[in-house]
Amino acid sequence: MTAAIQVNAVEKSFGNVQIIRDLNLSVAKGERHAIIGPNGAGKSTTFNLISGHIKPTSGEIRLNGEVTSGLRPFEINRRGLSRSFQVTNVFARMTVWENVRCAVLWATGHRYAFWKNTDSLPEVKQRTAQILDDIHLSHRRDVPAGLLTYAEQRELEIGITIAGGASVIMLDEPTAGMSHAETERAVALIRRLTEGRTLVIVEHDMSVVFGLADRISVLVYGHIIASGTPEEIRGNPKVKEAYLGEEVD
Amino acid sequence: MTNAPTPSLAAAKQESGGALGFYGVWLLAAIALVVLPLIFSSGGSLTSFSLIGIAIIFALSYNILLGQTGLLSFGHAVQYGLGGFLAVHVMNAVASHNWPIPLPVIPLVGGIGGMAFALLVGWVMTKRAGTVFAMISLGIGELVASSSLILRSVFGGESGITTDRTSLMPLFGWTFGPQIQVYYLIAFWVLVSAIAMYALTRTPLGRICNAVRDNPERVEFIGYDPHVVRYLAYMFAGFFAGIAGGLTAINFEIANSAYLGAMQSGFVLFSTFIGGTAYFFGPILGAILVTYLQLGLTNVTSVWQLYFGVIFIGIVMFAPGGIAGILMKHRPLIRAGTLGTVIPSYLVAAIPTLAFALGIILAIETVARFSGGDPINLLGIPFVATAPTTWAAAAVLVVGGFLIARITWRRVAEAWDRAATVARDRGYLA
Repeated sequence: MTAAIQVNAVEKSFGNVQIIRDLNLSVAKGERHAIIGPNGAGKSTTFNLISGHIKPTSGEIRLNGEVTSGLRPFEINRRGLSRSFQVTNVFARMTVWENVRCAVLWATGHRYAFWKNTDSLPEVKQRTAQILDDIHLSHRRDVPAGLLTYAEQRELEIGITIAGGASVIMLDEPTAGMSHAETERAVALIRRLTEGRTLVIVEHDMSVVFGLADRISVLVYGHIIASGTPEEIRGNPKVKEAYLGEEVD
Repeated sequence: MTNAPTPSLAAAKQESGGALGFYGVWLLAAIALVVLPLIFSSGGSLTSFSLIGIAIIFALSYNILLGQTGLLSFGHAVQYGLGGFLAVHVMNAVASHNWPIPLPVIPLVGGIGGMAFALLVGWVMTKRAGTVFAMISLGIGELVASSSLILRSVFGGESGITTDRTSLMPLFGWTFGPQIQVYYLIAFWVLVSAIAMYALTRTPLGRICNAVRDNPERVEFIGYDPHVVRYLAYMFAGFFAGIAGGLTAINFEIANSAYLGAMQSGFVLFSTFIGGTAYFFGPILGAILVTYLQLGLTNVTSVWQLYFGVIFIGIVMFAPGGIAGILMKHRPLIRAGTLGTVIPSYLVAAIPTLAFALGIILAIETVARFSGGDPINLLGIPFVATAPTTWAAAAVLVVGGFLIARITWRRVAEAWDRAATVARDRGYLA
């Protein structure tokens, strides 16, 4: 079976600084995969590479078997990969409803249509309402996204990411800055919404990581030093030494 | 069941009400366009209405770029002017070949001209938004404006190219010689263009334009290429600008290099911004006001452009949402029924503000007419530009008006806060 995401020997340098070196990563279809590592290890850069935000200096990235390294983000998105951002990245002047609806339009095949009325597209309306219901923001549908609370904006961020129905979902620190209760809510939300899809998540909160992930990869200095089930990662001495320390116990 | 409707029911009601209001607004607009010249039938007002109509289409087309897609263009008159030139050339060709094409179709030719040029240069221009786009639009504007003086066979040099709108075949007995017939031709295109441009904002493309305006980076991650979105928006803006240019060519029976220049580009930016870019109707208000001011002020003062500058700076600094923004700010208060508590403070503030404005006008006119010119006449009071008493009056009005206005506007802000708090409690303000 082809992997959902396959990263082969990817390198990324900014000038003389090598951020990612010999990155190899394989995420199976339907798997929930967490990437952890200390600050500055290159987790967000890895996300940016896979989603096409930046191009690798060398190496190859495949999505469902197809080479995607070198493609633009929207081309990768159309092939079934959708990502969220660590810093909230929504359409601030548009309402919650419009935010989610925009993310639904391409997937429902309406593309750049200028001859259809968006308000009278039943499948778009239905899907947008469904997503809003899923992320518990139906009661805030007419509020401009810029006026939402931080936690609500994070939920909207997830909503926009999943709205297109991508088979591979990548979430970059979805619970960053959330309170304990908000985090629990968000994790339940992520678990429910990514059911049956492939999930790649970057997360600092270890309870989230070990509660959610089927497999974990540990990234240190732009290189994956270990990949395995939560138990294997817990027991791996290299990981303990490099990053986790006493935190896991 | 209780008397509280279910949410879905309420939403459905709201929607049908919205549709009714939607058609109602356009119907009212159509009636207004038909009736206006019957009420104000003088030749002067017909000319003004015609120019205002053209300005409305032009400003709305500009707002496809500025308000809806977030593209600041300094060269929007290029599409407008080229549409005008193409219209004139086609009119002359139609007349000389006796083709059976009536005049009302000609604005469409202008639109095609504007769109064709946008198609040609747009892909390169819209690669980036922001400063890059603004600079390229300025460059293209200057390039085309200066070419128009050099390529004499196409643009007719300084004198431009003339045409005769009555030389085309008449339609239902209309020759389009009299201004009233031209007015109705323009009014027809104003209505059609405005409805089309409004409809465009409701389409998937229109919605994605808003998304590109707000956050082009994120748009790439929901499957869209922001470059394509900007390019399409640029072509639509060019199309409707070309229609406005075609109408201008019909109205004046000439196209010349002034249509393409920076003055015209500045004028449309100015109208759109003053009207307000955040709402569809903003540019309409701006076009009406600015055209009206332009026509009115040129008769009253020689430094009318200076006043435009002052108004523009005032809007940018104190009301960046334009006239539409000011109006819409009051909507939640009207709904909550608390607008009445603010109005008295407005009336109080109006007096010193007016005094301040009069002081500014007096000061400007004093300087403008110091070394000759007509005597100043302000609200029926004559002033002599060289008299120290006039200078003193101006100084007192400016300084006194400013100081008192500052206090009264603080009162307005306080009244606003109270009214807004009530509106928020009643759920009309987020």
